[in-house]
Formats: sequence, C-alpha cells, structure tokens
Amino acid sequence: MNVELVANKGEVPAAPLPAHSPLAIRGMTVSYGQKPVVFSVDMTVVEGSMTAIIGPNGAGKSTLLKAALGIVTPLAGQAQVFGQPLKAARHRIAYVPQRASVDWDFPTRVIDVVLMGLSRELGLLGRIRGHHKEKALACLARVGMTDFADRQIGQLSGGQQQRVFLARALAQNADLYLLDEPFAGVDAATEKAIIEVLKGLKSEGKTVVSVHHDLTTVRSYFDRVFLINTRKMAEGSVTEAFTPETLNQTYGGRLATGQIDQLELAAG
Amino acid sequence: MSGEEFVPLSLTPLLIGILAAVACALPGNFLLLRRQALIGDAISHVVLPGIVVAFLLTGIVAAVPMMLGAAGAAVVAVLMIEAIRRLGNIEPGAAMGLTFTTLFAAGVLLLEQSDTSGVHLDVEHALYGNLESLIWLEASGWASVLDPVALSGLPPELGRVAVATLGVMAFLWIAWRPLVVSTFDEGFAQSLGMHTTGLGIAVVIVSALAAVAAFDAVGSIIVIAMFICPPAAARLMTNRLEVQIGWSVVFAVLSAVLGYVFAGYGPLWLGYDHAVSAAGMIATVSGVILALAAGFAPHRHRSGAPAL
Repeated sequence: MNVELVANKGEVPAAPLPAHSPLAIRGMTVSYGQKPVVFSVDMTVVEGSMTAIIGPNGAGKSTLLKAALGIVTPLAGQAQVFGQPLKAARHRIAYVPQRASVDWDFPTRVIDVVLMGLSRELGLLGRIRGHHKEKALACLARVGMTDFADRQIGQLSGGQQQRVFLARALAQNADLYLLDEPFAGVDAATEKAIIEVLKGLKSEGKTVVSVHHDLTTVRSYFDRVFLINTRKMAEGSVTEAFTPETLNQTYGGRLATGQIDQLELAAG
Repeated sequence: MSGEEFVPLSLTPLLIGILAAVACALPGNFLLLRRQALIGDAISHVVLPGIVVAFLLTGIVAAVPMMLGAAGAAVVAVLMIEAIRRLGNIEPGAAMGLTFTTLFAAGVLLLEQSDTSGVHLDVEHALYGNLESLIWLEASGWASVLDPVALSGLPPELGRVAVATLGVMAFLWIAWRPLVVSTFDEGFAQSLGMHTTGLGIAVVIVSALAAVAAFDAVGSIIVIAMFICPPAAARLMTNRLEVQIGWSVVFAVLSAVLGYVFAGYGPLWLGYDHAVSAAGMIATVSGVILALAAGFAPHRHRSGAPAL
C-alpha cells in the first residue's frame, strides 16, 4: 500500500483551520515504516479546556502529540497553534514527554531540570541569576517538591520525577500544556497533586491536553475527550463524546461490558 | 630535573600529552552520556583511509594534508554512521562498528593497491604516536619560554593540539545549554525548537576534530582511552554535569602527567634500563584511575530508571 498517496487524498477534504484554537490539527498522517500510526486525523482543541486523548495501546496518541510539535515528521497534515504556524508559536507551548523517555541517571539536580524550562528565556549564553532560581523554586513549590531542589534526579521516585517534569513545564509559562501520560506509574498522592495543578492552570484560562489511560478518571479530570485509534473516533465534551458507543468503537470491543457499566456508574 | 634538561626534553611532550588528553576528555563527557563513547574508536580507525587518500592525492607525507585527509574521513564516517542509523534503523553501536571496520578495511586495501611501499606509512606510529620525540631542541632552559627565537622552534603538534583544545572549549561554552537539554531530553529539546540532530552531529564532528589533532601527536591509543576513561571516572565522582566536566579534566591531566613520568622513570625505578611508551602508559594510568573510581568514588551506587 502506498501510504503517502492515500494520506494526501485524505488531506484534501480537511476542514479549514479555525483561527483561534490553541491547537488545530488537519489531515495529520504519520507512519513508522509501512504502517500508518496516525491516519488523516483532524483535531480542534477548545481554548481553556482540559482534553484527554484516549485510545488503546499503539493507537497513535503520543505520536499525534509529537507530530503536532514537529518531533516526528508527518507524511501529511498540518498543525496550527493559536492560529499561527508552529514555529511562530512554540513559546506558547509546554510539552511534558513520557517520564520513561529520558535517562534518569543523567548527572543533574532537580532544580537544573526545572531551569531547562527557562531555556528560551535564558537564551544561548544568558547566565542563570537569582530571579531565575526563585522562579524555578516557585514552580517546584506548586508541585510540592521544594525540599527536593538539590537532589540528583536519579534519587526520585516515579511520582516525584513526574512532578519535576510538570514543574519544568510550569517554568515555561505557556498557554497550552501538552502532556504525555502524566499519570503513568505514579502514586495516588502525585496523581492528586498533578491534577490540582492542571485544574489550577485551567482556572487561569490555560489549555491542557493530556494523553490519558485510566478511563475511570476521565469524567472527573477532563471536560473534553478526543478518542483515537489510528483514525479519529470521536471528539467533543465528555457528555457527548465519552459514551459506551464511542468507547466500543475506539477499543474495538476490547473493553469488557463490565468496564463500560462501571464508567456509566461513575457518570451517574 | 633541572630546567636545562626538563624544558627541551620533557616540557613539550608533557604539554602536548596534557592538551591532547583534555581535548578528547571534554567532548567524551557528552559522548558517554549520549551512549556514543565508541565513536572515539571509530574515528581512530577511519583515520587510516583518510591518510592514505591524502597521500595518494598529494604524493607527500606531510602533516597538514594528512590531517585534512583524516579530518575528512572522520566527517565522512560520522555522516555514514548517522545515515546507517537512520535509514537502516540500526542500533548506534552497530552502525559505528559497521562504519569503522568497513572504512578501516578500505584503508588497508587502498594502502595495498597503491604504490605506497616506498613510503613510510607506519601503522605502529598511528597506534602509539611518538610523544617522546616531540622535543624542543631550541630551548635551553626556562628562559626560552620567553625567547621568540627558541619559541619558533616549538614542535608544530603543540600549536595544533592547543588550537583543538581551545576549539572544543569554545564549542562546549557556546552550545552548553542546548547540548545539555538535548542530551538529557531530546523530545523536550525538540519541542523548544532546538535542532537536536544538528547538535548531535556537531558533537561528533567536534570530537572527530579533537581526535584527529590529538591522533597526529599522540596516536590513537590515547585518543580512544581519553574519550572514555576520564569522563567515566568523573561520572562516578559527582551527580552534577558541570562538576563531572571538571573532574574529567583533572583525570585527563593526571593521566597525562603520571603516565609520562611513569613511562620515563618507572622502569628505571624498577631496575630496568629502558623507558616504555608514554602513550601506552598514559592510557594505562587513565584505566587505573577509572578502576579506582569504580572501586572507591562516592557516586558508584545510583538508582536511576534505565533509559528505554
């Protein structure tokens, strides 16, 4: 199969890009080798919303985020950030990669990782001054990690590592936060701390998009969902788009009826 | 030892050894963290075809064309490794192994097929260098350090490694921030708009240039050892990259000085009457330092999550 040709066809009827969406994706197609991982996906993130990207393993959730950020090169498709091309609006995005994507044995301290969030502000040769450190410490305080500022990052638990990553994103002072599975493998206290911070961001008018795995918490954490299984399956508010029908479609009947009933109860 | 003896006979080889060690150890820190430490090995091997091609083109055995040939071969090798890794989807270690054995073999064939039998292209020289021979005959004592006539007789290798060392330092100073961010978290660095592929290639090319300058003076054994041993020992001393870089320089200098002294005097102390190869001894000392660090350094036990 010639992925490229099909993908180009898919791009033609794409809806026009809305001018003010924090993140608008049109006709996004990404493939690793022959198999498309994301196929002709349109997504329109609503400003000030908290959106969960949901789908089974290998459904292209992380890849969609990476393609939107230009980390992986798509075969076709485009992304706009606050109505501008990505290059012009990078400073308005903070990205939190999967925790497992980095080597936590790297010789650096917690505070240094948070300071990486100030890279753009510091420029190439700008020196780290007192107010930069204060800013980094304030971000650590928001995730409850002040006491760990001077620790080597390898000494942290998984949950603490995730909080440090979130603090680094906070230091970027962005308008759009893209998180890749921030709750994967973290303890309950961390999960609570992270969701508080994210809800705080929402109340400040920021937009949050997060790849999310735990279907039972979708309703309490997020107000919008984006269901994907290589193709877009559903998009909308939790009440509209997070239904047994869309879930069945997305997971291809892999969810047991019991699980869906539980979700219904949670909605109840 | 008096100045009259030390300055002409030992000062320049010692300085060249120190600078070569530092020039390789500095980028070695990043190669190690990027799991590319083998690149030093790769570069030292591909230098052979580079030198042979330079000889075939120019027909003379002279330092400058040979160094250009070596540098060119190193850059070709670096680009080949990247290409194999990306296009063939092959693991970086295998891509390096593939590249350097192939190019080294090509160098051997080239050497065999071309009419170089009359010329002394010496494999042994390439391995061990000839540090002890880089003496400063014009010098007569410490006063010569300020004497322009004597200074003009300094071995040219000294100037070349000094420039290479300064170049490496300048690169690390300018590229420090994006280099650290992209080495730690490539995806995040890309989300900031950093050109991580370009940075990765720049690190390797800077390493290659350091290696070629050092190789010309001290041979490939030191180059390979200095890319790995001082940074690896330094990593065990600290959990901060800035401090690790400092330790790697300390260990590189220590290896060069101790290695040079032990090679010159060690056998005499033990009752033998011949000095041994300084390059071999410097590399050995760096290995011993790494062994000591692995046994006694403060940050041997770490609990970071392994990279995927």
